[in-house]
Amino acid sequence: MSLTHTIAKRIGWGLLLLIGVLILNFTLISIAPGDIADSIAGDMGGADATVIEEIRERYGLNQPFYVQLWKYVSGVARLDLGFSYFYNTPVTQLILEKLPATLLLVFSSQILAIVLGTLLGVLAAKKPNGIVSLLVTFLSLFGFAAPVFWSGILLIIAFVSIFPLFPVGGMTDVTVEGGFFVQLLDLLHHLFLPMITLASIYLALYSRLARASMLEVLGADYIRTARAKGLPQRMVLYKHALKNALGPIVTVAGLQFSAVMSGAVVVETVFSWPGLGTLALQSILARDTPTIMGILFFSSFVVIVVNILTDITLRVIDPRIKAG
Amino acid sequence: MKKHLLAATLALTTVTTSAVVAEEPKQGGTLVMAIQTTPRHLNPAVQSGTATGQPGTQLFASLLRYDDGWEPQPYLAESWEISEDELSVTINLVEGATFHDGKPITSEDVAFSIDTVKANHPFKSMFAPVTAVETPDATTAIIKLSEPHPALMLAMSSQLLSIIPKHVYGDGQDPKAHPQNSEGVVGSGPFKLVEFKRDQHIILERYDDYFMEGLPYLDKIVMRIVKDGAARTIALESGELMLSGFEQEPRDINRMKKKDTLDVSNAGYAAIGPVNWLAFNTQQGKTADPAVRKAIAYAVDRNFLIKAIMLGATQPALTGIHPGSPFYDGSVEPYDIDLDKANQILDDAGYAKGDDGMRFPLTVDFGWASAKPVAEYLKPQLKKVGIDITVRSSADFPTWAKRVSNHEFDITFDNVFNWGDPVIGVHRTYSSQNIKKGVIWSNTQQYSNARVDELMALAGATNDIEERKKYYAEFQQILADELPLYPLYPSPYHTISNTQVGNPPNSVWGTSHPLDRVYLK
Repeated sequence: MSLTHTIAKRIGWGLLLLIGVLILNFTLISIAPGDIADSIAGDMGGADATVIEEIRERYGLNQPFYVQLWKYVSGVARLDLGFSYFYNTPVTQLILEKLPATLLLVFSSQILAIVLGTLLGVLAAKKPNGIVSLLVTFLSLFGFAAPVFWSGILLIIAFVSIFPLFPVGGMTDVTVEGGFFVQLLDLLHHLFLPMITLASIYLALYSRLARASMLEVLGADYIRTARAKGLPQRMVLYKHALKNALGPIVTVAGLQFSAVMSGAVVVETVFSWPGLGTLALQSILARDTPTIMGILFFSSFVVIVVNILTDITLRVIDPRIKAG
Repeated sequence: MKKHLLAATLALTTVTTSAVVAEEPKQGGTLVMAIQTTPRHLNPAVQSGTATGQPGTQLFASLLRYDDGWEPQPYLAESWEISEDELSVTINLVEGATFHDGKPITSEDVAFSIDTVKANHPFKSMFAPVTAVETPDATTAIIKLSEPHPALMLAMSSQLLSIIPKHVYGDGQDPKAHPQNSEGVVGSGPFKLVEFKRDQHIILERYDDYFMEGLPYLDKIVMRIVKDGAARTIALESGELMLSGFEQEPRDINRMKKKDTLDVSNAGYAAIGPVNWLAFNTQQGKTADPAVRKAIAYAVDRNFLIKAIMLGATQPALTGIHPGSPFYDGSVEPYDIDLDKANQILDDAGYAKGDDGMRFPLTVDFGWASAKPVAEYLKPQLKKVGIDITVRSSADFPTWAKRVSNHEFDITFDNVFNWGDPVIGVHRTYSSQNIKKGVIWSNTQQYSNARVDELMALAGATNDIEERKKYYAEFQQILADELPLYPLYPSPYHTISNTQVGNPPNSVWGTSHPLDRVYLK
């Protein structure tokens, strides 16, 4: 099968999957009792019957389900994700507004987790039964077991309440005045705790993975040869062993993308970080269907694209993999 | 012409919205405060709720403002007169007031604002009797009424009547979806909009040509949107936030009371009037029997709930009218806990206990997490009188609202706001005209009593406050006897302010009130 054929087939399946996701999401959300009119009336402290009817009329909520579904799907086909009932803004604009904050949080925490996790894994692998290894294993278990909303709150108590070193939430302090570097410092100051919190789960994952992978590689013949040649420990570890042990870490990092995005939803809420997660939660609470649908569609799209790209990349770099 | 109040001089001489002012207010500074949710937009003329109200009352002035003693004070209206027949109200606007784009605020804008609110605001009863607004000159507006309408005074205050510019919002676009509701807002109030970032902050800055001499004191207000109560508490304690209104988590409130740098006050909020109660389905099932409702009232220990669940942060409410309202009647039957009496009532009504000690089952609904402890409390408590309670939670607010508004419930925990005058926020709960399926916070109890309807009509059609008090007293006595709902307590709204904040707001509208007299020490 040619590469072009594989790509075309993958994209075809991806599109079908997206349509399936759209229909399923829309149906599930529509089945739930109550609608945005109740939610808006709740926010307003109650509303007259005519006002509630007018809201339903305006947003087409009194139309049959299939009409609403068709309108939505055909809108998405025209790249129109609809209009947020709650925020009074086009959903595409909302998502684009919030995306940079989420990307910043996701990428910074991932980079931190990968770099620090790998380093800790290597240190642990150096002496598998040593104190460092034990500490890394303990930290990993803690990171895995502790839910991020809990560890986030612990960090807030420690570093905001008891030792007031960091701000309690948000992305910037609008009262801070100054040039680019002052603003950047302020941003990093706000980013630190949410980044650490989100990184903590993945730090555990990567350090465990690096430790196991390193232990496996360190037992290989070529490492014994390197040692026999008299290479110093540092060279053996970082030049020869780590290079080969990195493979699984890189693969897992790619696959973790969707998981990190969902972790960000919780962390953003704890730290009032103004990203897609906060938007998702607010939209769910307000039953803002177009926004929830938009976020779900966007994340499905990203996951499908990342998967297609992974498939294609693997096909390109390893000809032994036949497209199925 | 009956002159109710000519209060031009009061405006500048009386600072009644604050407690005793010990020092001279200072000009300048930035107040960083919290609001709890992102507003849908910033125009209170077409959007109710305190999320819009708090920034909205800074951006837009209303005709009147109310102090902590329910007294109307001049605001954009320098003075006002009610005619002898009570069918017209003449508003004399302050001279020289301008919108944030520099254009004058005229009677035309007042007429336009009232028309817009009447057509678009969810509370239709506020301006329903208004037949026309005449504008004989630029600073005089005459509001014509089809019948005397005492609720008009409160409806002309705070977030209920924002004066919006006709030349901006009267451009033919739908005012509910007007782009200048969120960006480029042209207001009439003490502060103008600098930036509104959803889920992040609203930045407001002093309007230098504000019509009240020497006000506002602050240069800037930053309203940070912080949804998490614990995060707000920590930020208030650390001084990162200086002010937060509508705080109602008892644990946080009690914790902040211990902090020397914070002032914690429950003053104000009576006009918002949030009352929590157990609502009964008066038409279907066992709760349709008044004896069952009475027995439940005697079996529930309101004071225990206030002490154990609300940690003493609130007080009892014996009726659906907020205890801070001048119309509240605290002399009604309180239904203090009496399990013997509750059992006796149920026995007399013919609900015999079965072998398992139970008489009949009932379901209790709740629509938000903070109500869960009360719903859970009812299960063991009502078991003592032989009522087998099933607690039913809802996934979210719309799910609960759907159930309750379609009358598919036995008992539900509920929280309904008075919104100033009883005509606006109280009548809707009891009026037999307002039994409307699918509409939350209508008369979802489906309660109907001709005398109650008549009393509401009488109290809603006279400006004589003593007459009104008399009607509302009888109204509350009947409701306490027939119990379409069992009132529990008001939401414990508190204003938390840093001790560095001077004149923290304590009006009947809480922090949904112009912060033009707030200053930093």
